[in-house]
Amino acid sequence: MVSPKLSVKNLSVSFDGKPSLGGVHLDIAPHIILSVIGPANSGKTTFLRTLNRLNDEESAMKITGSVLLDNKDVYREYDPVILRRKVGIIFALPTPLPMTIFENVIYGPRRQGIQDRNKLSATVERCLKEAYLWDEVKDRLHSPAMKLSGGQQQRLCIARTLAVEPEVILFDEPCSGLDPISTAKVEEAMSKLKKHYTIVLVTNNTKQAARVGDQTAFFLMGELVEVGDTGSIFTAPRDRRTDDYISGRFG
Amino acid sequence: MERQFDEELKHLKQMLLRMADTAQEMTGLAVRALAERKEDLIGQVFKLEESVNKMEIEIENDVLRLLALRQPAASDLRLLTAILKINNDLERVADQACNIAETAEYLLKEPPIKPLIDIPSMAEFVQKMIRRSIEAFVNHDPVLAQKVCEEDDKVDQLNEKIFRVLLTYMMEDPKSITRAVDLILVARNLERIADHATNISEDVVFIEEGKNIKHHAQETK
Repeated sequence: MVSPKLSVKNLSVSFDGKPSLGGVHLDIAPHIILSVIGPANSGKTTFLRTLNRLNDEESAMKITGSVLLDNKDVYREYDPVILRRKVGIIFALPTPLPMTIFENVIYGPRRQGIQDRNKLSATVERCLKEAYLWDEVKDRLHSPAMKLSGGQQQRLCIARTLAVEPEVILFDEPCSGLDPISTAKVEEAMSKLKKHYTIVLVTNNTKQAARVGDQTAFFLMGELVEVGDTGSIFTAPRDRRTDDYISGRFG
Repeated sequence: MERQFDEELKHLKQMLLRMADTAQEMTGLAVRALAERKEDLIGQVFKLEESVNKMEIEIENDVLRLLALRQPAASDLRLLTAILKINNDLERVADQACNIAETAEYLLKEPPIKPLIDIPSMAEFVQKMIRRSIEAFVNHDPVLAQKVCEEDDKVDQLNEKIFRVLLTYMMEDPKSITRAVDLILVARNLERIADHATNISEDVVFIEEGKNIKHHAQETK
C-alpha cells in the first residue's frame, strides 16, 4: 500500500459557528486525480481551500481534525508560504498577471530569487510544455498575457503554478468559463500532469469528474457521502444520494 | 424531481414491454400450432415477428440517441445498457418462436408420432419465465428476478425428459426419427427461450443492485 500524499482526518470546518464541513476522512494517493463533486454549499470548495490553508484569513473560521501532507500536519508543522509552494491552486477565473507570458511563468521563481536567465528560460519552456501551451505561444513569449484567449490564460496559470515545482495542484472549477476545446486541453494537461503531481479537482461538471478523475468524492451539505474509484461511482454508486446527484435527479 | 429524461425512459420501457408481450405470445402460438395442429397460427407467428423486428430497431435507435444526448450515469446508465441487452434477448426469443413455427410447418404435413403433452407444458413454463422476468423489470424486483434464474434448472430437466421419451420412440420405430428429432429441436428452442428469460432476469438484478450475477459472478468475487 502506497502511503497517501494527503491524508484528511476527521476534518470539520465552520464559519461563524455555521458548520461547512463535518467529520471528513479521506486519503489521497500520490499521482492520481481526485475529482470532488457536489451541489452548491456542499463544502467542496471549503474542503479544497483547507488543503493549502487558503481559508486562514477568514477570521470566523474554526477548524478541527487534521490535514497531513506527506504525514506532516499542514496546520501545525508547515509554514503557509512553504505549504502553498508545495500545494498550488488554479481558480475558476483565469488570473494572468498584467505582464508578458514569459514574466507570468517566472513570477514565482523570480520571487524565490532565481536570476539566471538561462535557467528561467528553461523553466518557461518546461512549464508551458507541461501545460500544453508551448506550441501556441512559443513565438510570442514577450507579448502581454492578457491578449491570450480564456483557455490559453487558464493554461498559463497552470504553467505559472508549475514553475514553483509544487507537489499537489488544486483545481477549483478550472473550466467553468471555457469552451469545449479549451476544456479538453486543460483536461488533457491534467491527465498528463498527474504523472508528476497529485491533483485535486473540484468541479460542478460531473461529466468532467468522470472523464479525468481516478477517484471521485461526493460531498453533500458538508458531509463526504462517498468516495471511490470513478468507474464504480459512475456506474454503481453505493449511496442513493450519489446516484441522484450524478444523474441530475436532485432538487 | 421528475426529469424530461424520465419521460423518455418510460416510453422506452413501454416499448420493451410490448415487445416482450409479443415475443412470448409468438412462443405460445407456435407451440399451439404444433400441438393442436392448427396451421393458420403459423402465419400469425411470422407476422408478429415483423413487428418484433421493427421494435428491436426502434428501441436500439432510442437507446443510442439517449446515450449520446443524455450521457447517463449510475442507475440511468445501468438501465439503458440493460435495455439494450434485454432488447436483444427478446428479439432472439421471437427468432426461436419462428424456428418452432417453421418446424411445425413441416411436422403438420406428417402424421403425429404421439400426442404432445410435455412440449406444451414446457412452452407454458418458459412463457411464464419471460413474463415474470419482465414483471421483475417493471416492478424493480430483483428478488423475483433471482427466482426466475433459479427456474432455469427445471426447464433443463423438462428438456432432458422430452429427449428421453422421444429416444424410445425412435428406437421402436426408425421411421419416426426425422419427426422425433424435430420435436427434440423444438424442446431445445424452448430451452433457449428460458435462457433468454434468465439473461433478462440477470440484467434486472444488475439494474436494481449494480451487481453482476452472470456466470455465478458472486462466487468469484
